Amino acid sequence: MTTKTDAVAPEEDFHRLERTWRDPSGVAGWFLHVDHKSIGRRYLVTAFSFFLLAGVLAALMRLQLSRPDNSFLSPDLYNQIFTTHGTTMMFLFAVPVMQGLGIYFLPLMVGARAIAFPRLVAFSYWMFLFGGIFLYASFFLNAGPDVGWFSYPPLAESLYTPSKRADVWAQLITFTEVASLAVAVSLITTAFKLRAPGMTLNRVPIFVWAQVVTSFMVLFAMPSVMLASTALILDRLVGTHFFDVEHRGDALLYQHLFWFFGHPEVYIIFIPGTGLVSTILSTFSRRPLFGYLAIALSLVSTAFMGFGLWVHHMFATGIPQLGRSFFTAASIVIAVPTGIQFFCWIATMWSGRIVLKTPMLWILGFFGIFLLGGLTGVILAAVPVNIQVHDTFFVVAHFHYVLIGGAVFPLFGAISYWFPKITGRLLSERTGRIVFGLMFVGFNTTFFPMHILGLHGMPRRIYTYPAAMGWGSLNLLASAGAVLMTLAVILFLADVVRALRSAERAPDNPWDASTLEWATSSPPPNSNFLRPPTVAGRDPLWENPPDQPFVVGLRSGIRDVLVTHVLDAEPDHRDEFPTPSIWPFVTALATTALFIGSIFTPWAVVWFSVPLFLAMVGWFWPKSPDEGGTQPWPSRRTLPGPNEAPAAGGAI
Amino acid sequence: MFWTTTIVCVVVLAFIAAALVKSGRLASTAPVPTSAERTLTRSVWAATTLTVLILLMLLFASIWIGRGVESVEAATAITINIVGHQWWWEIEYEDAVASQRVLTANELHIPINRPIVLKVSSRDVIHSFWVPNLQGKRDLIPGYITAIWLQADRPGVFRGQCAEFCGLQHAHMALDVVAEPGADFDRWLQGMRTPAPAPETEEQRRGHAVFMSRRCAGCHAINGTEAYGQVGPDLSHIASRSTIGAGTLPNTRDHMDAWVKNPQASKPGNQMPPNPLSDEESRALLAYLELLK
Repeated sequence: MTTKTDAVAPEEDFHRLERTWRDPSGVAGWFLHVDHKSIGRRYLVTAFSFFLLAGVLAALMRLQLSRPDNSFLSPDLYNQIFTTHGTTMMFLFAVPVMQGLGIYFLPLMVGARAIAFPRLVAFSYWMFLFGGIFLYASFFLNAGPDVGWFSYPPLAESLYTPSKRADVWAQLITFTEVASLAVAVSLITTAFKLRAPGMTLNRVPIFVWAQVVTSFMVLFAMPSVMLASTALILDRLVGTHFFDVEHRGDALLYQHLFWFFGHPEVYIIFIPGTGLVSTILSTFSRRPLFGYLAIALSLVSTAFMGFGLWVHHMFATGIPQLGRSFFTAASIVIAVPTGIQFFCWIATMWSGRIVLKTPMLWILGFFGIFLLGGLTGVILAAVPVNIQVHDTFFVVAHFHYVLIGGAVFPLFGAISYWFPKITGRLLSERTGRIVFGLMFVGFNTTFFPMHILGLHGMPRRIYTYPAAMGWGSLNLLASAGAVLMTLAVILFLADVVRALRSAERAPDNPWDASTLEWATSSPPPNSNFLRPPTVAGRDPLWENPPDQPFVVGLRSGIRDVLVTHVLDAEPDHRDEFPTPSIWPFVTALATTALFIGSIFTPWAVVWFSVPLFLAMVGWFWPKSPDEGGTQPWPSRRTLPGPNEAPAAGGAI
Repeated sequence: MFWTTTIVCVVVLAFIAAALVKSGRLASTAPVPTSAERTLTRSVWAATTLTVLILLMLLFASIWIGRGVESVEAATAITINIVGHQWWWEIEYEDAVASQRVLTANELHIPINRPIVLKVSSRDVIHSFWVPNLQGKRDLIPGYITAIWLQADRPGVFRGQCAEFCGLQHAHMALDVVAEPGADFDRWLQGMRTPAPAPETEEQRRGHAVFMSRRCAGCHAINGTEAYGQVGPDLSHIASRSTIGAGTLPNTRDHMDAWVKNPQASKPGNQMPPNPLSDEESRALLAYLELLK
């Protein structure tokens, strides 16, 4: 031990610790942040802003479709709007917002001082932000992508889309992939190597499991779409003919690559949602989650199976029947692990004592909506039904039930659940109930009629429809529902603003929850835990004995983090974590210039690799510890280990 | 399938509601006894088993019906080629004798009670052929020719629409399938094989001249004339079709007049340019087109 905790007076030591872990303030300092709480907050706020933008686009579409033969939007604008809506919701909202929750809460939930690779996480945020700005700048310059969020060639090839619109889409994908891959690596490492002593693999909170499983899916799924979108750019930029039928390219190849990513993507969005459900459900049922092992294994098996059913997006392309039967079977079987999770949740509620606070309401809303979405999913797995309702509003209804039900409802639950932890303020319980009610009614009014519209033959992605089809009244109803959802979001934002301005402080653990993020103050200090915890069970705050020891031996003047073993979380060594740095920002700027430049000329890749190289040299420039740098790897020095509880205190 | 999923939905929601009610009554803070945990475990196992059984049943039903829907007695089948274009349908009735082949667009005539094999492909981007009341979708993918079959059991007009996003005017890419008794269909097909009638009146002759001298003939074909453009739909029998612009407008004189002069007004972005014609020219052209039954 280089520094003994009890050698210095605790108060003084805590102050020093907080100074060590503080990110610089001020406008200039803002670009230097590496604290996972700061980056996580930015991720959440940015992703939610994109959610609002894409929501506005959705409202415009509902306005256009509210009556037949409407000329409110031109077909060109409508196509840009639905493409940008889908692309935003998938790549700039659903994935990043879940990763943002992971970035903020994973280190807290496993009792760590920081996230693994903090500068990489900062870099990922800048890439995500720049990608999003790039998409919306293009959209407002009338260069928004207009070939659908899937961007199928040949439509997306330069022959049929000569403008830069398809390139904008393809490069946005590259931005968000770089960002999400970086986050996935950090989250996996955090969950595997930075856990509090005692948090063996079978005591890891389910939300952490969900994030780890999701991150692994990101690692395997994203490269596939990266390959597809890059090959598309190459086709357009330098004429490689990957998908160009005229030159023996193959249009179907793209679809396989895209959906090998595209289907797991659904689970990348939905699995963190189930993690949120398990977390909130357990807290508000006042008991440990029933069937922890079954749920964890369900998540893992969903992830594996999720890669085996992409062809059900392509049943109409003429895949031979034997092949289709296999993918039908896979699509049906994947309902089993989700079913098991449902049964475990019901069992948890059955034997618990439910407290009906706002977060729990959102979870109940999730049950109703996701159940319907999941069951229409089983229906869609059947080829005879699928080839009828594929690419109709039935599918639009289905995946909004799955994604809004499976991800957005739990997300709103999570926001009301964790808002006090992040901000130190409580959202209004009364307003929360109204928001939930408006959203639930509005959502069902908007999307339930779409099932019927689809069964009546209304295809997707049409900017208008003739009055004679008789689709007008149900479309009007759907548009009316959208008004309710808009009201709900406005009311929610108003309550957030009110809460942030109110003087009333939230307690550290307002819900009496069991996981470690509630063991620290609200909002958490710079170092997350003034005394890093150890755990004695799956629900540490409910199970830990009063004299549960802390981790000692981490220096307060240096960014020391305890690294533990993967399986049993035994202390391994302590690692010095990087300090704030401008280089992630600079590197992201250089990468952005390269990505955007390469839309216009292949030479951009050559020229902009120079500033990119220089930025990375700056990033990796070695510094001695005297200069405030980190130790060169490996930095194994001492094994601190969980000591006996210091005299200063026992309970966490 | 619908009823199975509805029942599952109701049962699961009922259990969630029951759990809410039950836990609302539980006042004690005592931990859950182990025996109750065991019951719960058994219940979850039972529910999972039931789920697997139901899903297996659905799987077999799906494959069984899929086979039924897809297999065809090919002996008496008529083969028709469908080629997708942005944004209209090219339809060709195959025949061993080349001169007996029939080319038309946007209106598919079929005889009832006979299987029809459709060989589908695309000239440009991916489209999807979908007539909901007759058969499921099949994508029209450039570079691939695939086949589906359908059969109408009663006479009638069945509307179809492109179901794969294919660009600007994806919304206006519809077609009508006209199912008629065998004799009517044969008569129709024979009519399609005869060349377009020559213009008779003075006005029709002038209309014919307008068609040939203006840009029309560069893109459209009229069987039996020197117009053999392949870019747009075949117009040999345009007057017998019920819609203009692949279901964009009903085929009336006024609509045809407006369409010829400015097709971009009702279907913005389509490949047909505006045609500035004088009133006299357009009257003549319409008179000629109306001849093409």
